[in-house]
Amino acid sequence: MSTVAEQANPVHVRSLRKRYGPVNAVEEVDLDVRSGEVFALLGPNGAGKTTTVEILVGVRRRTSGDVRVLGRDPAEDAPEWRARIGVVPQTTGAYTDLTVREVVEHFAAFYPAPLPVAEVIDMVGLGKQARKQTQALSGGQARRLDVAVGVVGDPDLIFLDEPTTGLDPVARREAWDLVRYFADRGKTTVLTTHYLDEVEALAQRAAVIVGGRVVESGPVAELGGRRATPAAVSFTRTDGLATSLPALPGDAVVEEAEGLVVVRTHHPTEAMAALLPWAAASGVRELPDLRIHRPSLEEIYLDLIRSNQEGGVV
Amino acid sequence: MSAPDAVLTQESGAVVLDPARSIVWRAAVARSSVELKSFFRNRQSLVFTLLLPIVLLVVLGSIFSGTVPGTHTDFKQMFIAGIIACGVMSVSFNGLAISVAIERDTGMIRRLASSPMPKSAYFIGKVVRVAVTGTLETLLLLAVAVPAFGLPLPSTAARWETLVWVLLLGAVACTLLAVAFSSIIPNARSASAIVTLPFLVLQFISGVFFPYSQLPAWMQTVAALFPLKWMTQGLRSVFLPGDFARVEPAGVWELDRVALVLAAWCLAGLVLSFLTFRWRGPNVR
Repeated sequence: MSTVAEQANPVHVRSLRKRYGPVNAVEEVDLDVRSGEVFALLGPNGAGKTTTVEILVGVRRRTSGDVRVLGRDPAEDAPEWRARIGVVPQTTGAYTDLTVREVVEHFAAFYPAPLPVAEVIDMVGLGKQARKQTQALSGGQARRLDVAVGVVGDPDLIFLDEPTTGLDPVARREAWDLVRYFADRGKTTVLTTHYLDEVEALAQRAAVIVGGRVVESGPVAELGGRRATPAAVSFTRTDGLATSLPALPGDAVVEEAEGLVVVRTHHPTEAMAALLPWAAASGVRELPDLRIHRPSLEEIYLDLIRSNQEGGVV
Repeated sequence: MSAPDAVLTQESGAVVLDPARSIVWRAAVARSSVELKSFFRNRQSLVFTLLLPIVLLVVLGSIFSGTVPGTHTDFKQMFIAGIIACGVMSVSFNGLAISVAIERDTGMIRRLASSPMPKSAYFIGKVVRVAVTGTLETLLLLAVAVPAFGLPLPSTAARWETLVWVLLLGAVACTLLAVAFSSIIPNARSASAIVTLPFLVLQFISGVFFPYSQLPAWMQTVAALFPLKWMTQGLRSVFLPGDFARVEPAGVWELDRVALVLAAWCLAGLVLSFLTFRWRGPNVR
């Protein structure tokens, strides 16, 4: 069930399904994207991310489910609704025989209140290429032109399907700045990506899709029980250390194998405060291989994919 | 759009524009300008759709000699009337089918479908493209044929009228058929090749290179099912002497039938393009 507040979200999806013949590309997708946030859709290739986005932007019909985007059913394909959403599809477009400026001007003409064309071209970092024919652009530049085409209408809600795939690191950062630019203006962004650093840098919340299902969704910092997973303090035993460890925080769980000591706790600072004087008292001034490790988004993500693809429980 | 807006516009004395109409107008201008730019900047479209008929005219016009059997008409003149019809088919059918296939394959149609562009603007752009390039093609062919091969310009106002409506109906039919035909072109790379086949076959069987009356009966029957045969027949009535009609299949120009068949193709093309044109789907990349 969904509340009235949830239905007012820019993107509101319940029980979305898409079947291609016998194959369920998307089954049971629920999503809520809140106003003003950057929301990331994560998942392996073929998980149903692009199909989901294509249904949300109204270029693909759904088999069943309830979908509201900016309060409307995308299948209605209403022009005034289209004027409020921006779309950057996964595949890079080709606009043969036109210059960068001509392409952006052409798309700007369809919107009631577009951004200034020159500004958009500068924003995506194509200022120097504005008069260039598009077939002379590099792959990364062509991708940025796609982004310009997607955002020139100054949309309230932007869908970016893998916008930075194929971009060099500098161009990626420029694309990030662009996402932040729209976020700062109170716009909402839905982003699909393979890059977890991109998610951590840009998105407030994310959903992980595996095999057509949302297996996890929530704030990026809490994804996959990340916040609930204890940190691991580890070091290698060395000569001179006392056999028994000092008094550690109450929740600490200690594992020791082949000389590697791992202390799992939600209070790694306290654990360090106990471990360092204990080592010093034994005359060890340097604990070999000492590190504090918190699960990265990448580990959480890979775990989620592995457990769901092997048919494991979530 | 609301009532107070309208009042305000009237008070300020500005031109009152229907907002819906001005959106279509702006989008149609943007589409038309892009259509024309991409036509005239693209070497492939210039050479294959615009120049090919002119090259054919010059080369074959210089080879053909003698008169059409049973008439006093120079073979060249019959051929030129046919090649003008081909030129118009080339820019409307070939040119459009290729451009729609390319736009579908390279993401243009998908991006247009994702924008608030009124769908009519896309087709208005195509019509402008065909109108401009078709007129240009006809003028270029006439500009070569009249001085170089002694083609007489239409001698009466009625003949000029026939020239205009035959080309107009023919271009509309070919344009609509091109939109429908593009749906069977799988990708941009094969577009030119796939489009050339029906064009070439129709040229041979529709009385362009050979007098229609000398073709085998079955070939005449097949050709009579398609627009090009009727376009060439209509244009022969414009450029050739009245007594040439004797060697036409019916012994007369049959202009009413030309109009009927071409109009029927316009209608069929409209229905077919409605049934086959897709803004979205697996083939729209």
